[in-house]
Amino acid sequence: MVDLSASLPPRTRARTSAASWWERPALWRGLAIPVALLIAWFVVTRLGLISSHLLVSPEKLVALPFVDEAGRHVWFALGESVVRLVAGFAIGATAGIALGLLLGTSQAANRAIGPSVNGLRQITLFAWIPLLTAWFGNGDSSKIVYIALSAFFPTALNTYEGLRTIPAHYLEVARVLQLSWRQRIVRLLLPGALPSIFIGIQIALITAWIGTVGSEYAMGVGRGIGTFMAGGREQFRMDVVLLGVIILAVVGYVINVICGRVFRRLLHWQGSPS
Amino acid sequence: MNIRTMAQRQIGAGSSNWQWSWLGALRPGHLVLPLLLPAAVLLAWQLTAAQGWLPVQILPPPSLVFSTLVDLIRDGEIAANLKISLWRISIGFAIGTSAGLLLGALMGISKTLDDYVGPIFKALAQVPSLGWVPVLILIFGLDEALKLIIIAKACFVPTTLATSQGIRNIPRHYLEVARVMMLPRLLFLRKLVIPATLPTVFGGIRLALSHAWISLIVVEMLAATEGVGYMMVWGRTLFQIDIVIAGMIVIGVIGLAMDFGLSWTERRLSRWVPRHG
Repeated sequence: MVDLSASLPPRTRARTSAASWWERPALWRGLAIPVALLIAWFVVTRLGLISSHLLVSPEKLVALPFVDEAGRHVWFALGESVVRLVAGFAIGATAGIALGLLLGTSQAANRAIGPSVNGLRQITLFAWIPLLTAWFGNGDSSKIVYIALSAFFPTALNTYEGLRTIPAHYLEVARVLQLSWRQRIVRLLLPGALPSIFIGIQIALITAWIGTVGSEYAMGVGRGIGTFMAGGREQFRMDVVLLGVIILAVVGYVINVICGRVFRRLLHWQGSPS
Repeated sequence: MNIRTMAQRQIGAGSSNWQWSWLGALRPGHLVLPLLLPAAVLLAWQLTAAQGWLPVQILPPPSLVFSTLVDLIRDGEIAANLKISLWRISIGFAIGTSAGLLLGALMGISKTLDDYVGPIFKALAQVPSLGWVPVLILIFGLDEALKLIIIAKACFVPTTLATSQGIRNIPRHYLEVARVMMLPRLLFLRKLVIPATLPTVFGGIRLALSHAWISLIVVEMLAATEGVGYMMVWGRTLFQIDIVIAGMIVIGVIGLAMDFGLSWTERRLSRWVPRHG
C-alpha cells in the first residue's frame, strides 16, 4: 500500500507581503541537497569522472523524450497506460464501492462476505499476476482485471469504514424521523461516508497506477510505461529506465495533488465539525 | 436490529485493529455464516473441475491444489523457499527499520535537519518499490543485494516518517515539565520519549513489515531464482496452476500471520504503555 502522508503536497504557505524567499529558511534548505546532487551529477558526467554506461548525463535524460528514437515512445506508452488505468479503475472502484455499501449497511452480508473478502485481501496483489495470466493471457484483459483488483480492495474497505464510523446518534435521528431506506442512504449514509470514500478513491487510484505499471512490467506484451521500463532494462538503457521511473513517480504525485484539490472542494460543505 | 445494539456496535467498533475486531464478535452461531461463501465457491470449483468444463491448466480441482500443497510442504519445497524469503525479509527489515528509526529520530529532534532532508526524502519516497527494481537490476544484476535494498527501502520510508512524526508530536508541555524537573537523560528517554512515541513508531513499523512483505513478493517474482514469489512464477511457466494457487495460499497465510503477530504485540505494548491524554 502506498503511504499517502508522504505524498501529500506540502501545504502552500500563504504569502503575506512579498516575503523574500531567503527569509524562509525551510525553502532554500529543502533545495540545498537536490541542487547539490544535480550539480555533482552534472560535473561528474561532464568531466567523465566515472566511466560507466549506466551513468547518463542530466541533459541527455531531459532530451530523451523528445529527440531519442526509443525515448519518443514514452508518450504513446504513457497514453496507453493512462487508458488502462482509467478502464481498470472504473471497474474496480465501482465494484469496491458497491461491496463496501453492502457490507456497511447489512449486518448479515457483512458476516457472510466480510471474512472472505478479508481473507482474499491478505494475498499480496502482485501474487495474482501468474493466475491472471493463466486465465486471461498476457494481453489487455489480464492487465485490466489486475488493475481493477488493485482498485477494488481500497475502495471497498474505505467505503465500509466510512459507513461504520457514522456517529450513532445520526442513525438514531434517522430512525426517529422514520426516514425511508432510500432517504437514509441518500441523505445520511452516503454523505456521512463520503470523506472516507474519497480517501479510498485516492488510495485506489495510486494502487491502480502502480498496478498498471506493475502488470505491464510483469506481463510485457503491448505498450505502456511498464513495458517501456522493461524494454529499457533489457537493452541496458539506464536513461530509458530512469525516465520510466520519473514518470511513474510524477503521475502518482499528480494523482495525489488532483485528488486533494478536488476532494477538498467537493467536501467544502462539511466545514469543521461543530 | 434496534438502535441500542446499533449504537453499541458503532461504539465498540472504534478499535484501531479493525481487521481483527470481527474475531471478538464471533459466537459459535456466527461461525457458520462466514464459511458459507467459501464453501459454495469450493463446491462450484470442484464441480467445474470434476465435470471437466475447464482444463487443468486453467483451473485445477481444489483437491489437486490441496494435495500439491501437502506435497510441497512434505518434500520441503515450501520450507526451503520460505527460508530464503524470510531470511531476506529479516535482514532487509532489520537494516531498513534501524536506519529509519535513526533518521526519523534525528529529523524529529532537529528542525534544521528536517528542513534539509525532508523534501528530498519525501520526493524519493514517491517512487514505489516497483520503480526501484529495474534501476537496481541494472546496477546490481539479480544479486541478493537487489532484494535486500528493495526490502530495506520499503521498511525505511514508513519507519522514518512515523518516528519523526512521533517525536514531533510529543506535547510541548511534557518536555517543559521534564526540563523543570531536570530529569536525567536516561529517565527522560524511558519515562517520556519512548512511551510518548511508541504507538506512532509501532504503527510505522507495522506498516514497514507489510510493505516489506509486498516488496519481497514483487522482487522475487520479477528478479529471483528462488523464494516463495519465484515458486509461483515457476509454477506458471510449467502451466502448473496448482503450484500457483498453493503459492497464493502460502503468501496469504504468512501475510496474515505477520499482521496478526504485530497487532498482538501492539496490543501488548499499549497495555504496558500508559495512555496519554
